[in-house]
Amino acid sequence: MKNIWILARMTFREAIRRRIVATGLVLGICFLIIFSIGFHFIIAQVRSSEAAVQSDIAKMALARLENVEGENALLLAGLYAVTFLSIAMAALLASDTLAGEISSGIIQTILTKPIKRFEVILGKWLGFAFLLMLYLLLMGGGTVLSVFIQTRYVPDHVWIGLGLIYFEALLIMTISLACSSTLSALATGGIVFGLYGLAFIGGWIEQFGALIQNSTAVKVGIIASLIIPSETLWRRAAFEMQTPLTGALGVSPFGAFSVPSPLMIAYTAVYLIVTLIIAIRVFEKRDI
Amino acid sequence: MPESFAIETHELRKVFGEQAAVKSLTLQVKQGEVFGFLGPNGAGKTTSIKMLLGLVAPTSGSALLLGAPIGNRAMLRHMGFLPEHFRFQEWLTAGEFLELHGQLYGMQDRDLKSRINELLERVGLSDFRKKLLRTFSKGMLQRIGLAQALLNRPKLVFLDEPTSGLDPVGRRLVRDIIHQLKEEGTSVFLNSHLLSEIEVTCDRVAFIRHGEVVRVMELSSLDVGQINVTIHAKCLTPEIAAGLSQWGKNIQMDGENLNMNLTSESAMPEITRYLVSRGAEVYALTPKRASLEEIFIETVGKDDGL
Repeated sequence: MKNIWILARMTFREAIRRRIVATGLVLGICFLIIFSIGFHFIIAQVRSSEAAVQSDIAKMALARLENVEGENALLLAGLYAVTFLSIAMAALLASDTLAGEISSGIIQTILTKPIKRFEVILGKWLGFAFLLMLYLLLMGGGTVLSVFIQTRYVPDHVWIGLGLIYFEALLIMTISLACSSTLSALATGGIVFGLYGLAFIGGWIEQFGALIQNSTAVKVGIIASLIIPSETLWRRAAFEMQTPLTGALGVSPFGAFSVPSPLMIAYTAVYLIVTLIIAIRVFEKRDI
Repeated sequence: MPESFAIETHELRKVFGEQAAVKSLTLQVKQGEVFGFLGPNGAGKTTSIKMLLGLVAPTSGSALLLGAPIGNRAMLRHMGFLPEHFRFQEWLTAGEFLELHGQLYGMQDRDLKSRINELLERVGLSDFRKKLLRTFSKGMLQRIGLAQALLNRPKLVFLDEPTSGLDPVGRRLVRDIIHQLKEEGTSVFLNSHLLSEIEVTCDRVAFIRHGEVVRVMELSSLDVGQINVTIHAKCLTPEIAAGLSQWGKNIQMDGENLNMNLTSESAMPEITRYLVSRGAEVYALTPKRASLEEIFIETVGKDDGL
């Protein structure tokens, strides 16, 4: 247990020293600034048109409703971008870690210490999990906060939503770590982004299939989600955070129309754990 | 008790695909000895070391290190290793690097601190404790890697090409450290291409070829062998040369140079007197012991190196 902690700290320190954290921070702040400015002007535009029709109380109530819908849609669009950035961060952090250390030989002095290989995997996993949590708190938390400061709007179940996005980042990180324990960094990156693309397109096929009520398309999407369930986590997160109206109409491009069930979320949790176990097994057997 | 051996392997074998990298490695390293591991490139030295360290799983065969099987956690506590391609966490400072590895050895903070000071001093890097390894030269990295291998006061140390990045001063340092380790009773498994170094540091050497031990020898036995003498003199005649046969054999004359094998160095004054009395003008008599290099080439073959 102590070794896992030592290695997790090492992983975290490496990310700081190699300026991965600093880079993520600077780009993240840029993202938040642009999102906030864009949000500000769009909302201002909506409000001024709202002011023009203020005479009628019924219209005002309708505009108020539109307002919340608009804020929610923009916020979800922002969080969708945050999700993608978190996934990219997760893949980049974990894809080079084992592969890179094996090819450079850095790992040799570590593995010849009185530690077990599974401790190396778990230590790295914990270190990355902590980093991704900080990243998501900055980016996701920052996006939600920016909207809150400007409009006092907070979506429903915001913590569940952010938690599910974090879960997605952890899933991608775990898959990267597993590939990295046996493949090169480049191959790992290729596989992980390929899988992400599969999940992405599978998710959209399922969405549209549900919209036009084509059960074959929905099935194709579900199969894609079973192969790589990352996108289902985003859709569940969007479902949790969207307004009841959007949920009923299913009109937002970033929302969820075909909603993943809690069972699917449980499947994803099992998927993550199994992937981690595979990573450990593969790494334990591998010649360094 | 197998404890009397630091390393004991029995028909250790590793096959990659269809290629046997190590065919059948059987050797014993005694406790407290400095053991040289020699062989041409591609002979399976690195794979052998990696198997002993638990980095590569053997296809078959067995080995005991400090009496315990490969990869045993308690045994690894008493082992040190300096890899051939010493690449370390370059984002750490020298002090942090040693701290990390000491913690992985399970050392207590206070003991670790004093040990780090001691070793930084020993490898001449005390002034660089707070410098990032990124800024280190190759030689400095090798020194810090050596310090890392000795943190836990190991009973058995593997040094894979420990002087490849070092200047003559650094090489001297490594030699001194190995001597000190030997005095402290540490067993050292040394893999090096620098035969002159093996010659001055090792007690015994094993020659390996095609993944098998072809010869194990005590280095002290090098002195017992024949001595080759080169005589440089003017006015040498075939008759004078023939007369030298009473002190040795394999006499070969080439102009003013004459080469022969003696069984003992003590014949050299007599030879000088003989040559002078026969009218030869002697400029030099140069004795040469059979070097490890010659034995190496004779044992593992000339053209096997890849």
